[in-house]
Amino acid sequence: MLLYIIRRLLMLIPILILMSMVAFFLIELPPGDYVSFRIQQLKMSGVEVSEDEAQRLMIQFGLDKPLPLRYWQWVSGIVLRGNWGWSLQWNKSVNEILSERIPMTMVISFSALIFSWMIAVPIGIYSATHKYSIGDYLFTFLGFIGVATPGFLLALIMAWLLFTQLGFSALGLFSKEYLDAPWSWAKFVDLLKHLWLPLILVGLSNTAGTIRVVRNNLLDELNKQYVITARAKGLSEWKLLFKYPVRMAINPLLSTVSWVLPGLVSSTVLIDIVLSLQTVGPVLLRATLAQDMYLAGSIVLILSALTVIGALIGDILLVLVDPRIRFGRLAK
Amino acid sequence: MAASANNPLLIEVKDLQTYFFLHEGTVRAVDGVSFNIYEGRSLGVIGESGCGKSVTAQSMMRIVPSPPGREVGGSILMYLRDGNGAAEVVDVLKLPAGGPKMRSIRGQQIGMIFQEPMTSLSPLHTIGDQISENILIHEKGVTKKEARERTIEMLGRVGIPRPQRLVDAYPHQLSGGMRQRAMIAMALICGPRLLIGDEPTTALDVTIEAQILDLIKKLQADLGMALMYISHDLAVVGEMSDEIMVMYLGQVMEHSTTDEIFDNPLHPYTVALWRSIPTIEGKLERLVPISGSLPSPFAVLPGCRFFSRCDRRIPGVCDAAPPPLKEVVPGHLVRCFLYQ
Repeated sequence: MLLYIIRRLLMLIPILILMSMVAFFLIELPPGDYVSFRIQQLKMSGVEVSEDEAQRLMIQFGLDKPLPLRYWQWVSGIVLRGNWGWSLQWNKSVNEILSERIPMTMVISFSALIFSWMIAVPIGIYSATHKYSIGDYLFTFLGFIGVATPGFLLALIMAWLLFTQLGFSALGLFSKEYLDAPWSWAKFVDLLKHLWLPLILVGLSNTAGTIRVVRNNLLDELNKQYVITARAKGLSEWKLLFKYPVRMAINPLLSTVSWVLPGLVSSTVLIDIVLSLQTVGPVLLRATLAQDMYLAGSIVLILSALTVIGALIGDILLVLVDPRIRFGRLAK
Repeated sequence: MAASANNPLLIEVKDLQTYFFLHEGTVRAVDGVSFNIYEGRSLGVIGESGCGKSVTAQSMMRIVPSPPGREVGGSILMYLRDGNGAAEVVDVLKLPAGGPKMRSIRGQQIGMIFQEPMTSLSPLHTIGDQISENILIHEKGVTKKEARERTIEMLGRVGIPRPQRLVDAYPHQLSGGMRQRAMIAMALICGPRLLIGDEPTTALDVTIEAQILDLIKKLQADLGMALMYISHDLAVVGEMSDEIMVMYLGQVMEHSTTDEIFDNPLHPYTVALWRSIPTIEGKLERLVPISGSLPSPFAVLPGCRFFSRCDRRIPGVCDAAPPPLKEVVPGHLVRCFLYQ
């Protein structure tokens, strides 16, 4: 088991190297660069930029150097000094921008994931054990509405309702007075007050699909022979359900852990923008638009690293719950 | 059936009807089946796929998948004896299928072995966990450690090598034969009065099948329990049973002692079954398959259910009214107009 984890961790290294290259070059790929974006902006605000000025900017930002060299500077900075580079657009170090947002994103992502599982798994179990009942149809109906409603629209409606009805501004993750305050208990409580809305909104987008997955898996399992065997032992239905088929039906959820994080980050950009949350999604969007490649590259790299690590965590969880995946133990 | 009357009655199935209510129509999977099972004796049930053998056994355990299946008529009387021989008679069909009384019968009074050793065990739990669970359900006050000890002992008894070690094995680490041995251990761990084997060796190799059959026979004798052995294999059923019941489309066609059925088969269906298997002694000749195939399960036939495939059918008689099950020779029941 330990050997397996070590082997998987070692395999991470080449994957991450490759990913960093892909991330960097992909962002370089579209024509133009940050300087041309900047010049465009300046032109739009009526300032003419001369060739010399442009040249000076290029040198200032280090954009005149060849691509492999810039890549090397960026990567070696990350590996050797933990320095993720400089965001041209924000005029801040990437570390500074991301240090607050990455943890916040992860908190929202994972609590939204757990929230959606807490809702989806019991409903899925109910729907499967009461197949074609009124309750099953009702949840299916609500589920489809949930899938069909764009999250940002729901976010707008909810924010507006809360504000007009209760006078509560659900925007952002903190109230104004705590925005720049150091961490304290009061700030944490304030965070909880704001967190639930994005949590529900982000979570719900995932819930309907999960209900279907749990329901269909469980329906498959309920007719399996081993369930009948367990029933023939005299096990009560309730205990039987949770000991055997539910455990089997939940397995596939664990393997989804890996793509939940990037999924939540990229699919909820609109919700995050509407609710003005300090998460990574909107920053990534702006950085890509402005071709702010160190920032965008860093975010893409971190997200892909999280995806790969998520996959590893998912696999380890699966190994823990499903003995068939374990290797080499109890040799014959 | 007089041959078995020396042993006390264990289960009395009377006119059992189990129907499946599907969108396409109603399947009368078991339609008026009656038989008795006596303590310590063995009953073989034989018939083609879909003739209602397994559903009969599932009805006795009340584990017919429901919906769509339901026991719509008849009774299954079970004689629950305590140590002094006093019997409490319970109609299994009157009990709620998921209720505590029915659950105490399952696993404790009746053990069941299924056909597919590959899928009958949960892949996520060790065999020891799944076997000792049976003890923990039915016997109050038994600690997990005691249950484990007994499980190991039982695994040894059913011929699993190194039981101390393999008690912690998962089903996928065992071969088919070993899994079926584990299934037998699971069915027998609480010392049931009746063991139902629902084609327990059909999925196994012939050599393993012989081992498992020997094991079941030996354990039946050791534990003094009754056996209901379901199979489509004549040789196997003959080997395992004191008496044989031949079923076709949810009805009993012929029922007698094993010797009588082998020496003197009466029903054309039984005769046809006999002709369709090779014998070692007989001269080499072509096997005669039973012509045609099973009629649609939804069909409601006015006459004999075997009419369309019977080579001795009497048009105008056999397809007009259903033949009754009649005792032609003492202890030999046949459902056929040829013997009325």
